[in-house]
Amino acid sequence: MTAPVAGARSIVVERYLDHPPEKVWRALTDERLLGQWLMPGDFRPVVGHRFTLRADPVPHWNGVTEGEVLVVEPCRRLVYRWNTSGAAADGLRTVVTWTLTPTPGGVLLRMEQSGFRPQDQPNFHGATRAWQRFTGNLERLLTVPGGGAG
Amino acid sequence: MSYQSNLPNAPNEVFRSLADPTRRGIFEHLVRDGEQNVRALTERAGISQAAVSKHLSVLKQAGLVRDRPEGRTVHYTAEVQGLAPLVDWIGLYGAFWRDRFDRLEGVLDRMEP
Repeated sequence: MTAPVAGARSIVVERYLDHPPEKVWRALTDERLLGQWLMPGDFRPVVGHRFTLRADPVPHWNGVTEGEVLVVEPCRRLVYRWNTSGAAADGLRTVVTWTLTPTPGGVLLRMEQSGFRPQDQPNFHGATRAWQRFTGNLERLLTVPGGGAG
Repeated sequence: MSYQSNLPNAPNEVFRSLADPTRRGIFEHLVRDGEQNVRALTERAGISQAAVSKHLSVLKQAGLVRDRPEGRTVHYTAEVQGLAPLVDWIGLYGAFWRDRFDRLEGVLDRMEP
């Protein structure tokens, strides 16, 4: 008796941004800019490219997120795998999809992270502590002199 | 008549117990079809009654099922509220991304056009 898990869950975050799609696309795909708001790593907007993002290690999580680029439609859609490792042998396996929809004043940016299932959860303990550390870093980032220019 | 524990579920126990496909199957079966006794569950599971009982006790420990003894039979019911830690955990990821969106806006504001 191994019924498939009903309804893998997903997270959706949407926001209107007062910036043109080309600029938002650059922030989503430029390795140096990504490091300033997401996590440092060797991202390239090339289908099939495998990348590694690194946050500071915490107990039960080495801070590493592994990814693989699945879809690149410039200024429109970006899809990559988002897998955490080092917390449990059976780490988290999800897919992150960014969608840009032009608006009169800029762009509607949508992020969907899909594939949360009960069997994705063994690294819960490490993940909890890691994510909590990420909140409230905004002010510190915004005060970095000269960050983000370009 | 209730055998519900008032202890909050330990999240790790919930995740661990649902990481096993057979236990997940038993839990889903109880959610779908309502109260069942061990014998009925065993007929569906294709494993020994002892194994089913052990799975049920793990699910009960995690707060995902409750039992109701009746004579020599024990009936089991899914405790859907026991899934709450899972939902909370997914919510944490939501918080992670909202924080990242805030940072992204900061980066965009500082970028050249």
